[in-house]
Amino acid sequence: MGAFGHYLSAHFATLRLEFWGLLVGGLANGFIYAMVAIGYTLVYGVLRLINFAHSEIFMSGGFASYFVMKAIIGTSVPSGLASVGLVILGILVGGTASAGMALLLERVAYRPLRKRHAPKLAYLISAIGASYFLFNLAGKEFGRYNLSIPSPYINHTVFTIFGANVQMYYIVILIAGVIMFVTLDRIVAKTKLGRSIRAVAQDAETASLMGVNIDRTIALTFIIGGIFGGAGGFLFGLGSGVVYTMGFTPALKAFTAAVLGGIGNLRGAVIGGLILGVAESFSIAFVQAAFIDVVAFAILLLILLFRPTGILGERLGRSA
Amino acid sequence: MMLQVNDAVVRYGAITALHGITFEINQGEIVTLLGANGAGKSTTLRMLSGLHAPATGKIIFEGQDITNTKAHQFVALGIAHVPEGRRIFPQMTVEENLEMGAFTRSGSFSDDMDRMYETFPILKERRKQLGGNLSGGEQQMLAIGRALMGSPRLLLLDEPSMGLAPMIVETIFRIIGEIRDSGTTVLVVEQNAAQALRLADRGYVMENGRIVFSDKASNLLHDERVRAVYLGESVEGT
Ligand SMILES: Nc1ncnc2c1ncn2[C@@H]1O[C@H](COP(=O)(O)OP(=O)(O)OP(=O)(O)O)[C@@H](O)[C@H]1O
Ligand SMILES: [Mg+2]
Repeated sequence: MGAFGHYLSAHFATLRLEFWGLLVGGLANGFIYAMVAIGYTLVYGVLRLINFAHSEIFMSGGFASYFVMKAIIGTSVPSGLASVGLVILGILVGGTASAGMALLLERVAYRPLRKRHAPKLAYLISAIGASYFLFNLAGKEFGRYNLSIPSPYINHTVFTIFGANVQMYYIVILIAGVIMFVTLDRIVAKTKLGRSIRAVAQDAETASLMGVNIDRTIALTFIIGGIFGGAGGFLFGLGSGVVYTMGFTPALKAFTAAVLGGIGNLRGAVIGGLILGVAESFSIAFVQAAFIDVVAFAILLLILLFRPTGILGERLGRSA
Repeated sequence: MMLQVNDAVVRYGAITALHGITFEINQGEIVTLLGANGAGKSTTLRMLSGLHAPATGKIIFEGQDITNTKAHQFVALGIAHVPEGRRIFPQMTVEENLEMGAFTRSGSFSDDMDRMYETFPILKERRKQLGGNLSGGEQQMLAIGRALMGSPRLLLLDEPSMGLAPMIVETIFRIIGEIRDSGTTVLVVEQNAAQALRLADRGYVMENGRIVFSDKASNLLHDERVRAVYLGESVEGT
């Protein structure tokens, strides 16, 4: 066995040892990516454009939930039912704040361009401008250092699977993620709201002939993307704190996840997020933690080179 | 009078597609709009469903000024549009496409759904298939069925026979007649002038964004100008 063989076998040994821990952590991160990726994919589905200000939608939810959690929890240590309630509240606050921010961006940065039939490049510039404005504003108002969200629960190990510790933080994310995505999937497949989004994604003009209000539907996709992004902002902030630049890396990774799953495809965004989260997590066994971010962008480059339509392809229109 | 269009002008940016057209449609009629490619027939229908508001002029529907009504409000008014090229939602099933037609309706519409499947048995067979996988004729039936699901009083049809085999065209025209007989007024744009005129009560002939003449369909069918330009050979065999 050569030197490289030794290198690999040593690292695979680490991987085997830590497998379950890495998997759970990777899935949890993956759900956060997926929550943010939903916003990219929904907006792309109806407008065929990438909302590059989505990182700041994510940040808004992080900050809003930080302030609410700080006001309610302060230095206390909630447990039991109070913890459950606080987590739900955090998700709702983050989701509401980000939905509001998303709606505002749609009105201010996108709708005026849409009404003037502006070229795609104009949207990109508008989004980048809005994004710079917002995160610098946050930096100015809230300081340029990382703020920890007071924890709504005691982050103890809840159980161990095959020797790996599964902490409360991961359980919170996994449960929230599953509930949120199952709900979204049902809404898009079965409700009138979901049908209007799919109709606009497939053929906006014909949707309007059916009585679908296009402007309202577009606003709704921003709101749903905002709710998910804000929930992600809160859950991410619980683990990593909130800071004015917090949106940058998670949003780029979520964008990668959306492209990986097939941009415009809702289930694809979830699958892409989970794959990316787990891939990053497992790569810890092979590269130093500082290089983890490189993994996501290597994946993005590879998909763009070899399968630009992603795993599931583009199909927001479909119910399944 | 059901619909009255008064001196309507429609522009696409710098291009004027309709130079002030005036016409009307009476309750219970089938009216056909004839004209060469680019004459402005589709633009006229698009104006009548709010996709392009006229720059000047007036549209009155059942006594109500609808000149600046938005596209998504038209179904509720009672006007449904079967667009050029059918525009089926390709990734929705046949059933979902029909449901889209009833989007603005509240309450149950399963009776109408059953009636559509009775009128178009093939759609019942294909219920669970994606719209994008249907044949052209099936898509046209679906497009008509979808529009009827909104229970319109005025139905706008843009070239319903385009690209279809003669037998399917027969079926489509028979169904258009049935739709009128069941009380829905029809405005139909057709390339297939002979067949359209035999079905219609009246016709308008368009040229370069203007209505150049109009008459009872039976007269147009024998009009020299129409025969020369729009009927060509197609009238011979009849
Ligand atoms: N979106 C558009 N932008 C610019 N010009 C347009 C647009 N749509 C139509 N036109 C122009 O308006 C005029 C009328 O077009 P319209 O589609 O109404 O014709 P039509 O009678 O339906 O023709 P066809 O038989 O080919 O369907 C044409 O000169 C066409 O080029
Ligand atoms: Mg046309």
